[in-house]
Amino acid sequence: MTDHYIVLSAILFAIGTIGFMTRRNAIVAFMCVELMLNASNLALVAFSHKNGALDGQIAAFFVMVVAAAEVVVGLAIIVTIFRTRRSASIDDANLLKF
Amino acid sequence: METVTPVLGTGFFTLAWLLVAVPAASAAVLLLVGRAGDRWGHFLGTLAPIASFAIGLCYFVQLLGRDEASRSVSVPLYDWISSGSWNIRVGLQLDQLSIVFVLLITGVGSLIHVYSIGYMAHDPRRRRFFGFLNLFVAAMLLLVLADNYLVLFVGWEGVGLASYLLIGFWQERPSAATAAKKAFVVNRVGDLGMSLAIMLMLAAFSSSSFTDVNEGIAGVSPTLATTLGLLLLLGACGKSAQVPLQSWLLDAMEGPTPVSALIHAATMVTAGVYLVVRSHAIFTAAPAASVAVVVVGTVTLLFGAYIGCSKDDIKKVLAGSTMSQIGYMMLAAGIGPVGYAFAIFHLVTHGFFKANMFLGAGSVMHAMDDDVDMRHYGALARALPITFVTFAAGYLAIIGFPFFAGFYSKDHIIEAAFHASPVAGVCALVGAGVTAFYMTRLMLMTFAGRKRWREGVHPHESPLVMTIPLIILGAASVVGGLLLNGWITEWLNPAVAGEAETEGLVHVTLVGIVTMVVVLAGVGVSFLFFGPQKTVADVQPATRSPFVRAGRRDLYGDAFNEAVFMRPGLRMTNDLLRFDGAVVDGVANGTGTVIHGFSSRLRRVQNGFVRSYALTMTAGAAVVGAIILLGRLG
Repeated sequence: MTDHYIVLSAILFAIGTIGFMTRRNAIVAFMCVELMLNASNLALVAFSHKNGALDGQIAAFFVMVVAAAEVVVGLAIIVTIFRTRRSASIDDANLLKF
Repeated sequence: METVTPVLGTGFFTLAWLLVAVPAASAAVLLLVGRAGDRWGHFLGTLAPIASFAIGLCYFVQLLGRDEASRSVSVPLYDWISSGSWNIRVGLQLDQLSIVFVLLITGVGSLIHVYSIGYMAHDPRRRRFFGFLNLFVAAMLLLVLADNYLVLFVGWEGVGLASYLLIGFWQERPSAATAAKKAFVVNRVGDLGMSLAIMLMLAAFSSSSFTDVNEGIAGVSPTLATTLGLLLLLGACGKSAQVPLQSWLLDAMEGPTPVSALIHAATMVTAGVYLVVRSHAIFTAAPAASVAVVVVGTVTLLFGAYIGCSKDDIKKVLAGSTMSQIGYMMLAAGIGPVGYAFAIFHLVTHGFFKANMFLGAGSVMHAMDDDVDMRHYGALARALPITFVTFAAGYLAIIGFPFFAGFYSKDHIIEAAFHASPVAGVCALVGAGVTAFYMTRLMLMTFAGRKRWREGVHPHESPLVMTIPLIILGAASVVGGLLLNGWITEWLNPAVAGEAETEGLVHVTLVGIVTMVVVLAGVGVSFLFFGPQKTVADVQPATRSPFVRAGRRDLYGDAFNEAVFMRPGLRMTNDLLRFDGAVVDGVANGTGTVIHGFSSRLRRVQNGFVRSYALTMTAGAAVVGAIILLGRLG
């Protein structure tokens, strides 16, 4: 039973990773990050269930809190960049470099 | 004869530090008080050495009243360095030798101070001048009163500093500034020997006090004793302007004339002789070093006399004669126990007549608008009667005219030299003849003959404040030898383990008669060339003679230093500079360049594209995961 959860988690994580690496839209990239976070949450909860311990679930709660905070800051940045540059492409926001 | 071990001083003797403290405090006041002290500074500055002289006189009377065994008094002051096996105490030692020096330094020093009131009357920085003079006297007193070599070295360096400040007193003249620097640098060479000697003593005896060194020296290897002796001789050469460190003395004439008097008569150049006599135990244990002292003294006495013959600058002639006379003292000190007391005897009488003649030369310069060229003088005996008479007393003393001060002290040295080695004796004899020649030349060119004065010069006798010290010193030049002759050798012998014999006032020997004849010959030759009827050119005649040219150029002392030390030193510095630029800087800069090149390539990775960062991170995570997995499998 647990194996299925883990496999689903791996698939979701892989989709998130590939999506983050290939999509240019900042919002989509952001959603991919959320997908990766939630895939790992799923894995944590599955292992917790299998081990009969609560550690994994507590860790999942922490991840959710961090993800919520991250969304707040991240979306604010994306909106600000969109307002000034009229673009939500992450490739356009490339000024911070060597 | 053994050196007497000092007894602990009590009562009045515990205040001996006042001797040094009074002039030192006066110097501090004069140098710190600022313009407020301009009106009274010179009086305070003159009172300080007089006060020290008075205190010194009290101690002298106290020592006179004691018996011979307890005349050496030690006055411990405080612990200076106390660490491990070293325990260095600051202390003073009053004995027969140091009290003679104290009286000479403060006595002659006070007269020079009084004279300076008049001589420096129109100098805007007279207060500072007196501050430096007091510093000089204080440092010299510390030097002769110290009971160990390390404290002596403090005074030694203080004397070096004060001489630097005073030779360069007219700092606005580039020549004076250069002369001061030269004196300082040459003295550092001597100080190298001095400090190495002190370090050796600390290593060998764990102490630098005279008592410990005197006791310990008998038990060390001859090599160590000889090394110590030679290092001390190097130090003495620097301070006393002996060959090969003589070159600073002639340039030191750039200072005001009272400074020259102070350096030559009472302080500074006498320090080397003091050091050798004070270290008699070391030189007794090191015959080779004693021979070196004799050689240095003999060479210097001829060297100085040679220079004295070929100079037209009145102060440089006197400077040459100082070198020569200090050479006599070194010669006597090198001879050993029979010579120590004679060296100090000559040092004292030399202090009288040389201070007298330098101050007299200052008086002549004062009259001639600071002209120092003797070819511009002539016929000054009538214009400056007091200066002439006192100068003549000094002149008769230095050439060793019978019953004048130098007659006794110098004859003793020449005789002792003949006993020690015929070569040194003959050299000393020749030196006496040459001294008579150039001093007579100086007298004739300055006071006799025709007027060769420059236009607008109206010679006039100096004020009383300058002539009274001259009269006192002139009197000392006449009677100093008579008064001291029967007493000083007996007085000094216990302090320096000496075996000098006291001679009667009229002491006719073969050597004495020959000396007299040689001196008269020197005077006669001088009259032949520079007599009152002869015409003296009023500009220095050009000459091809290599001997005269060598003398005019100080026997190439400066050229020698330049060729042997200065140019190779400069070349070495330049080579080191190039090595530093090419190799040391090359390594440091090369490392920087390489790292900079790498990092400027590496930073290209930071390209601003978020998705490429994501790729890097994923790849990195994959690699880490793979490694962990492989680890698990393995």
